[in-house]
Amino acid sequence: MIFGSEVLAALSGPTLGKLPDVISRGKDDIGEKLGINGYAYVKLFGYRFGITSTHIALLILLIAITVLAILANRVIRRADPYGKPGLAMTVIESLVNFIDNTTYSNMGEKHGGKFRNFIGTMLLFIFLSNISGVFGLRPPTADYGVTFGLAMITFFMIHINGFKHQKMKHITGLFDPIPLTPINIIGEISTPISMSLRLFGNVLCGTVIMGLLYNLLPKFLLLFWPGALHIYFDLFSGAIQAYVFTMLTMVFISKNFEE
Amino acid sequence: MDGIFNKEFVQGCSAIGAGIAMIAGMGPGIGQGYAAGQGAAAVGRNPGARGTVMGTMILGQAVAETTGLYSLIVAILLLFVNPFGL
Repeated sequence: MIFGSEVLAALSGPTLGKLPDVISRGKDDIGEKLGINGYAYVKLFGYRFGITSTHIALLILLIAITVLAILANRVIRRADPYGKPGLAMTVIESLVNFIDNTTYSNMGEKHGGKFRNFIGTMLLFIFLSNISGVFGLRPPTADYGVTFGLAMITFFMIHINGFKHQKMKHITGLFDPIPLTPINIIGEISTPISMSLRLFGNVLCGTVIMGLLYNLLPKFLLLFWPGALHIYFDLFSGAIQAYVFTMLTMVFISKNFEE
Repeated sequence: MDGIFNKEFVQGCSAIGAGIAMIAGMGPGIGQGYAAGQGAAAVGRNPGARGTVMGTMILGQAVAETTGLYSLIVAILLLFVNPFGL
């Protein structure tokens, strides 16, 4: 705690609200300094495991995605194939078209169809959690645990598909020029780290700046000025980062399809 | 107050270090601007390939942004994690 309580309060930001004083704040918990509030926890082996605002935001997001999926299913099932498509049907169709186009053009006609569900889920989840700052949640992707989990999913997808398509060449490829073996291994390991840090850093940057703004500006400026920044930091940056994350996933997975 | 390495001194140095770490934001700025310029030139030469050029440009810019984000994370760690154990 360096700058005292004002900046600390600022970083709590437009999140789920201030922590009630019932739960004592840990002295050296970085999460609470960056706006991740703990709501209930158990102490195990000297560490605190508990429910934080990230878990709650993820739960809300999960429910929202499920409800959206059910609604989309209803709309598709009731659509009239010979009539004019309504607004919801048009939105769903363009979303599916977009996902199909990106997967087929990046992973090839042969393999694209197998991955569009995975890529589409990833894209929807990351996009919705990036823009959830608009709805007053603390974005779950501004927590390193979430982005590292996403990057580990990508890591396992890359290597399982590598073994599937290249068999043992996937391992011998690491030793291709023998002196460069350590660099190849570090390159494989650094892929998920750089992907997760890129997403985390971008979303955290937006969250920190918005939190400072909400708490340090005078009241009358808050009526219109944060809206413009919400459009940039949450909508624009979130969409770009979701696109980039899935795009890199596709590029890294389809790298193993060749030969 | 025991010696010169008291808490406030180390925290002040951490804040200065965080500021210096963010100088690394210049590099990605230059790189992204260069990529955007080249992208604009490519669209000018071949307006039909606008979608492809945009996708490639945004992907390259996002990868170039990584070093700047590393510096941001270093700055945040210096400010909030208190790595010197004081």
